[in-house]
Amino acid sequence: MTQVVPPILSVTPSRALVDEKFKVLVENLPPGCPVTVRSLHQSEDKHDWEAYGHYISDHSGVVSVSEDLSYGGTYTGKEPMGLLWSMRPVPGSRPGLRLRKMNVCTPMLVTISVHSGHEGFRDKAPLASVLTERWYMAPGIQRISINEQGVQGTLFIPPGPGPFPGLLDMWGGGGGLLEYRAALLASHGYVSLALDYLGFDQESENLELKYFETAFNIIKDHPQVMPDRVGIFGLSLGSLVAVTLAAYSTITKVGPCLSARVNEDNQVIWKDVGLEFITDPSNIVGRINCPTLLVNGCDDQNWPTVETAEDVARLMREAGKEHLLSRLAYPDTGHLIEPPFSPHFRATTFVIRSSKEKVILLWGGQTKPHSDAQEDSWRKILSFLQFHLYCGPSLKAKI
Amino acid sequence: MDRKQCCVKLSVQPSRGLMDEKFIVLVQNALPGSQLTIRALHRCEDGHSWEAFGHYTADTIGTINVSDDPSIGGTYSGVEQMGLLWSFRPIPGSKPGLRMRKKNIQTPMEVTISVYQGHQTEGFADLVPLSGVVVERWYMAPGVRRIPVTEGGLTAALFLPSGPGPFPGLLDLWGGGGQLVEYRAALLASHGFASMAIDYLTAKITMETGKMVDNQYFETAYRVLQQHPQVCGSKIAMIGLSFGTSITLKMAVYSEVIKLSAAVCISGSHVQPVDGSVEEILRFFQKNGDKTRFSEKNEVIWRDLLLPIPTDPSLKVNVGRLQCPLLLVVGEDDQNWPAQESALDIKEMMARAGNSHLLTVLSYPNAGHLIEPPYTTHARSSTFKTIEIEEKVMCLWGGQMVEHSRAQEDAWKKILVFLRENLYGGRNPTSFSHL
Repeated sequence: MTQVVPPILSVTPSRALVDEKFKVLVENLPPGCPVTVRSLHQSEDKHDWEAYGHYISDHSGVVSVSEDLSYGGTYTGKEPMGLLWSMRPVPGSRPGLRLRKMNVCTPMLVTISVHSGHEGFRDKAPLASVLTERWYMAPGIQRISINEQGVQGTLFIPPGPGPFPGLLDMWGGGGGLLEYRAALLASHGYVSLALDYLGFDQESENLELKYFETAFNIIKDHPQVMPDRVGIFGLSLGSLVAVTLAAYSTITKVGPCLSARVNEDNQVIWKDVGLEFITDPSNIVGRINCPTLLVNGCDDQNWPTVETAEDVARLMREAGKEHLLSRLAYPDTGHLIEPPFSPHFRATTFVIRSSKEKVILLWGGQTKPHSDAQEDSWRKILSFLQFHLYCGPSLKAKI
Repeated sequence: MDRKQCCVKLSVQPSRGLMDEKFIVLVQNALPGSQLTIRALHRCEDGHSWEAFGHYTADTIGTINVSDDPSIGGTYSGVEQMGLLWSFRPIPGSKPGLRMRKKNIQTPMEVTISVYQGHQTEGFADLVPLSGVVVERWYMAPGVRRIPVTEGGLTAALFLPSGPGPFPGLLDLWGGGGQLVEYRAALLASHGFASMAIDYLTAKITMETGKMVDNQYFETAYRVLQQHPQVCGSKIAMIGLSFGTSITLKMAVYSEVIKLSAAVCISGSHVQPVDGSVEEILRFFQKNGDKTRFSEKNEVIWRDLLLPIPTDPSLKVNVGRLQCPLLLVVGEDDQNWPAQESALDIKEMMARAGNSHLLTVLSYPNAGHLIEPPYTTHARSSTFKTIEIEEKVMCLWGGQMVEHSRAQEDAWKKILVFLRENLYGGRNPTSFSHL
């Protein structure tokens, strides 16, 4: 029969979307007690990730991660979400790991625990621990595998009658199908198609372009989508595709056909565009006819995004399209600008598609500023999407 | 003019919450000044559909926030953040006497919340909403484990909070309807108490042998809980509702084995043959069956069976001998048990004995018998089958919906604080401030 009653740890809410904040509270500690609050997560590929902060309880025996300062650990200062964004592989893990959820139908499980002391906190069993769920998918979202007209991807449809605005979501040169951002966007009310595209062969550019046009049409033609409110979301290589799609595609061209209406209201988001592959950037950029949000990290070590962003701004200005462009540039932020509270990776292993060679790619960024950028940019992206795809009038005058 | 609006955005935060957590329902992007109906729909496990709805007017920027804005009609009115849950009622055409209770607590209650154009009151099935979301409401927090208990002939379920423990323990008893009712224990475990829900009227052993359980059954439950490696054996409390109160008071005062750190008694009484077994107590109630009354709607009122409160000490648990803090929760419109009269008598007995510092009474005007966890649908009456009678009757529980729902919310918070103080120590728990 055990006698001692432990401290009380709570995480509120215990189930949340990945972009929602939580409050971690420890009560019933002795006053002035040094403790470590730690998060632990085992990824789908069986690696352990952790974050921790060192705290001291107040006179009533309480530690509030939202209010108190961490004195050390993987984050310092007042950081309500530090236990998530400062996660890194546990000591002894192999280098170059990256944390990404492949199965979005289940939540990310994170164990938050409180330990006695600061140094060597891991040597003892935790005083208390709770499990919290972080979801990419809100309840009621439908997930549908798409394999039609040669297009492969996954479609996420929000609950409710619709119709909804649509988004084509594209990742970068790593290839493969990553669903988590599309699932999260659907949780915010957009029919989102996570598109699987395996490499972008610039020689057969036009053929590839058709692939994306078809994908775009699948969204546009979906009975629950408002055809004049479809946008494109791209990261890294995906944004390059987005640019090209918006500029070159026949479906976005101005013309005397029904699709003319479509053109004015496509929204594009670029992230970290590298225009080296495009022979005549001005031709592409100048043809963009829709509101565009460009997000880049100033410490991006993967693409020359700062220079590129300047180029884009200049080209759009020259084409008289400057009013369509918004830019978010974040200092000390790297290439992989992910949804908020995702851990930061300065460098990870990456497989080059063509040679199958495994390298360590440097993405850049310093953890704290990068995490702030993720949180800030996501809020601004959602606001941008809400404004243009939800609130704006459905028919804009042609410029 | 009723122009169809598009792009009305509805959000409920959190989309996955515990049953006792509040949520924020927000409508955005509606036409300023437009009339809208926000409706909740739930299909429960036995296939019945329930609905609740409020009538709102969008403000100058096209927003409705259910936490701040008043409903001017529907199943609830005024500023009621959680009205969409506690004002649930069966959809038109449902059979009478329904009560919403979840049996499988390992899955969430799913509620669809939608917004409709105009102030609608019926025919929702034929209307297309402007927007809709799905919300999950859970009795079990992540990491809470459910462990069936059959040791010592028990029919019980133990809910352990997540983490190493050790945790204070709780024995959870319901009333005369029997069955193993798990949801309150699951929710209490989600707040850090190792809670064991116990079936003591329709336990497997009773169904098989035809014999009712005796006092030893409860002592066995106590022992099993106490000896569990993740339970702090010196910190065990008991919570009972209705007939569960009778058992709780009896054990708290007379058991040599059960040493409680605290007791919570909801909607019950101390009136019972003091030396009686469970069976004898039930027979005592039955003996007074002729005091049953009926409402104008022919609903059964059983509150008089134990009235007047006897003066004979052999017919009342001697609460003057109680040695642990006691929280009594009373609905003043309880039509099933004379909870208010009993509470007054308990207070007097304890004052005379000098242990009234242990007593706290929460008495709620216009609350009925079934004081459940917050936002549980209020049932003023429902079909009920006790273990003694063969057919179902329509039982009057009492209570008015609004006051009863407020009572549930208030009582739950106070119960949690009471349990926290007596089982964990420490005051002013901040972690309940979001409830």
